[in-house]
Amino acid sequence: MSRIGVFICHCGENIARTVDVEAVAEALKDHPGVAFATGYKYMCSDPGQTLVRQAIAEHDLTGVVVAACSPHMHERTFRRACDQAGLNKYMCEMANIREHCSWIHEDRGEATEKAIDIARTIVEKVKHNQPLESIRIPVTKRALVIGGGIAGIQAALDIADGGHEVILVEKEASIGGHMSQLSETFPTLDCSQCILTPRMVEAYQHPNITLHTWSEVESVDGYIGNFTVKIRKKARSVNEDLCNGCGDCQAACPAKKIPSEFEAGLGKRTAISVPFPQAVPNIPVLDRQNCTLFKGRRKGLAKDACGKCKEACLKGAIDYDAEDTFVEKQVGAIVVAVGFKLYDIGREQPEGLKGYGEYGYGEVPDVIDGLQFERLASASGPTAGAILRPSDGTEPKTVVFVHCVGSRDPEKGIKYCSKICCMYNAKHAMLYKHKVHDGRAVAFYMDIRAAGKGYDEFSRRAIEEDGAEYVRGRVSRIFRDGDKVRVWGYDTLNGEQVVIDADMVVLATAMRPQDGVRELAQKLSVSTDEHGFINEAHPKLRPVETNTAGVFVAGACQAPRDIPESVAMASASAAKVMSLFSADELEREPAVAIVNENTCIGCMRCELVCPYGAIEQREICTVDGQVCGHVAYVNPGVCQGCGTCQAVCLSKSVELQTFTDEQVYSEINALCAWE
Amino acid sequence: MSDVTVTAREARHALTDIAYYPGCSLHGTSREFDESLRAVAAELGIGITEIRDWSCCGASSGHTTDHLLGVALPARNLALAEAQGYDTVLAPCAACYNRLSAARLAIATEDGLAERIPDVIGRGFGNTVQVRNAVELLRDAAVTVEEKAAASLTPNPLEGVKLAAYYGCLLVRPAEVCGYDDPEQPTSMDEVISACGADAVDWNMKVECCGGAFSVTRTSSVVRLGRAIIDDARAHGAEAIVVACPLCHSNLDLRQKAMVARGEEPLPILFVTQVVGLAVGLTPESLGLERHFVDTEPLIARLVEQAGARDAEERRVKQEAAAKAAERAARQKKGSS
Amino acid sequence: MTSERRRTLAGEILEATGINAATCYQCGKCSAGCPMASESALRPHAIMRLVMQDRRERALTDESIWLCLTCETCSARCPNDCDPARVIDAVRELSIETGVADIPRTISAFHKAFLEQIRSNGRLHEFGMVMDYKLRSGELMKDVTSAPGMLTRGKLSFRAERIEAVDEIKRIFEKCGVTP
Repeated sequence: MSRIGVFICHCGENIARTVDVEAVAEALKDHPGVAFATGYKYMCSDPGQTLVRQAIAEHDLTGVVVAACSPHMHERTFRRACDQAGLNKYMCEMANIREHCSWIHEDRGEATEKAIDIARTIVEKVKHNQPLESIRIPVTKRALVIGGGIAGIQAALDIADGGHEVILVEKEASIGGHMSQLSETFPTLDCSQCILTPRMVEAYQHPNITLHTWSEVESVDGYIGNFTVKIRKKARSVNEDLCNGCGDCQAACPAKKIPSEFEAGLGKRTAISVPFPQAVPNIPVLDRQNCTLFKGRRKGLAKDACGKCKEACLKGAIDYDAEDTFVEKQVGAIVVAVGFKLYDIGREQPEGLKGYGEYGYGEVPDVIDGLQFERLASASGPTAGAILRPSDGTEPKTVVFVHCVGSRDPEKGIKYCSKICCMYNAKHAMLYKHKVHDGRAVAFYMDIRAAGKGYDEFSRRAIEEDGAEYVRGRVSRIFRDGDKVRVWGYDTLNGEQVVIDADMVVLATAMRPQDGVRELAQKLSVSTDEHGFINEAHPKLRPVETNTAGVFVAGACQAPRDIPESVAMASASAAKVMSLFSADELEREPAVAIVNENTCIGCMRCELVCPYGAIEQREICTVDGQVCGHVAYVNPGVCQGCGTCQAVCLSKSVELQTFTDEQVYSEINALCAWE
Repeated sequence: MSDVTVTAREARHALTDIAYYPGCSLHGTSREFDESLRAVAAELGIGITEIRDWSCCGASSGHTTDHLLGVALPARNLALAEAQGYDTVLAPCAACYNRLSAARLAIATEDGLAERIPDVIGRGFGNTVQVRNAVELLRDAAVTVEEKAAASLTPNPLEGVKLAAYYGCLLVRPAEVCGYDDPEQPTSMDEVISACGADAVDWNMKVECCGGAFSVTRTSSVVRLGRAIIDDARAHGAEAIVVACPLCHSNLDLRQKAMVARGEEPLPILFVTQVVGLAVGLTPESLGLERHFVDTEPLIARLVEQAGARDAEERRVKQEAAAKAAERAARQKKGSS
Repeated sequence: MTSERRRTLAGEILEATGINAATCYQCGKCSAGCPMASESALRPHAIMRLVMQDRRERALTDESIWLCLTCETCSARCPNDCDPARVIDAVRELSIETGVADIPRTISAFHKAFLEQIRSNGRLHEFGMVMDYKLRSGELMKDVTSAPGMLTRGKLSFRAERIEAVDEIKRIFEKCGVTP
């Protein structure tokens, strides 16, 4: 026999202004199965919860209905209160008479009637509730960090320092990411590699961190606390255990003219190479696309066309027959920190983007982007830190810096602001002026976005102390004129067209999501936004979580951001991971689907429609162990409680706990009976 | 994006029965564009028939003063083409091309316009006729142009000649209206020039305005803008500028005297159809080349002479090689007998 | 749109063209590439701003809108797809409608002469138009030196080409409410 307690909340004025709470309480008192009904000002407050606990004890309640706000707000609160009073928490439900009633209606009489109906409906549901227990699943205390840039390194270090194992996977030959390509960082003008490489080495040497470079995530299965990840270690052609990083292979390699990705196309590398001298690990990769030997093999040559690196290697570490290998590991949490790439102004563009024909589609040699400027300015770069024109190697005396190339440009396909460009443009202008004292730096901007600590002061320094000329207006055209680069801009503050014959132009191109991020997101079951940035669970309050439990996100792969923010997010993700790892078991809501194996006919339609892959076949045997058929089985750890299986089941064998057919039909019947 | 620009860009129609909309300039100050177009069309097997009783498209005066007028005047001509049974209209004049295409897009996308236009023009209108310009047409026929140039009995005077393709504004902008080429770095006219055996130079003023309709009303602006165009073409080694717009032609040709410094060689301005005509062996007279203000005769004479000399040299080399080969064969025969 | 909005210049432009002037963030890229900027007091971005600020008199009466070449460079490069060329078209139309247009004499004469030619003949008779233009603008000696050249090159015809259905054209002008 049901003895249900009904508590109707005033919610201050939120509900009481529109709904006559006392009338609702009166009406519910008479409802069959209701042992106690009352109204109260603020149910979620401490006295409110005490009211619930007392009522459970005094009236020996078998169920509780709190008619108030949305369950999203306080279901947890009231269930905890019931639990404390000794009533199974799943015997407590909320009736939403705020978002579904008082907030959307004006007529007091009608709203009150509706509130009564809603409350009665939930009461009828609760009559069919079952006392359920939370599901407990084990947690593997090992984390996977995808991406070895500054964010990934930080997250890995934090988790490893917290005492847990970390697997760090990086798709390039070395960790470090784009930060390793920078010359100096704003606002301190610290040498980028100087502050980064100690972290890189720490990550490499940390006993809790296993580094897989030149590797990618192949597949991810499972669920929070219990992921199975498969990592593809691409063939380096160099045995990582034997190589000692001496560099003799690089020196011996005859293919020396390959454009270096690390130098952003401004320098060359050999076919077998480490991306930069401070690479971690200091183990080269053989680029089979450009290697003479492999080109020969693809042509079908009988004899290998080259073998110089192997000859030069005293450790016998070169292996031309190496193949991709796979590593499979169990992890409990995943942090995605795959970073960004820069927008390219060329003619060829992915779907939804356009190039800058008005700036020459990237074909003018002395028009470069921000990363290329960083390489020029770097002491370890292709020009040893001298700012020189790519076309003829001379020192440019006039450099134009163009803000917002791609960013804030819906016509080209990117609406957002890339956040870091105003700052790094100021930095570039300053670096240029520091190196070329008689040079002229002109920056075309729309707005200056320098909102961090010391940022505005930094950007003002470029103008006030280093003599950079800032012109407010966008650039209409950039083209080659003789050996100069002509820039047609505008000064909106002066009201004049501005034409500059520059020696070099640096474009601040937009930050974009990495290549392959949508495929990775699919593997992780996380969503990306229209641009390809990974979606956070809530933009304000859950910035480092995704909608997939156990998968966290850090850094520029979620949105354009600078280094301090990426580091902060990385540490935040690490904190989330460690909180997850702080218990041996994870408690999950029992709102999962359960199959009645007696009635299941094994059609497996549920398996087909399950979006989470939570359903599998389970064999059933006769008493003598003969397999006589199969039924469906729902893995309670993976099931997210969406109910799709329940909707398609032909034999009504699978039901979602907390939303069984009985519960749902009782609500419907209750609602219809009072029409 | 409406189907207007999509089909304009992608469809390749049978080039045998196209409606021809010359526009007012091709019957007047740019007669040579009309003459050369007809001559080249005949040579390439493209069948064009002038739309019966066509009227002015309104050019800039129409749309700058009244939006509805600017759509209705072109629409009448499209309706005529429809009624006369065509599915494609060739409008060589860049302004006419742009207005006809813009009218199609406006009627397809602006609220209520499709309903209003038939009443305004006094005719039914289905917006089914596609509009193409001469450059587009020639680009699509580039293979035929190359073949005809190769098969021509006279040596191609344009072989290796440096020409600057000048598109101006209305052939490429707005991109939603034109759509058949890139609005910032177009290549269609360059492709036609290459198909003619000439060298389309890489230069900077391809799509910068010549001053358009201000030819008569504000000639000083035209001189300023035109000077920049001529100077840049010259700086990049062009021996002539190729255009596909009567107004661009008039601005750069008729008014060139004010744009060049005393003693400086003027730069001939050729219509793209004249360029194709020369390549496939048509005479300068048939292409109206004597009608220009910047005399084309010296350039063409020089090019013809150069081509002749080159051709003669090639023939001489061939003859020599053939003679040597015959000699060798004869010696061998003697040797073996 | 509220009736208040419609009464503003921005509202009228929005209704006529569907363009929301507030999308212009005044970056100046249009004016940077405008071929007539050096000769106009108001550049394209300034006209957009005047529309946004409901500065009706300034926008409609300045001669700058008549110096626009309709080359569409501004609209081609605008990062926000504000289509300033179309907005300027609409401002011109509005300035004529409300009778406050300050059209430079030569340009006004040209448009009138051009449109009148079309209205009466259906096609532009260039010679006739230039004559009409000279009378209206007072530039009697304009291009007089080129005339002989035009004649000898067969580019000038003294006879107008009048289409058969010229009444249709007259009717179109009427329906659009345009009298040149």
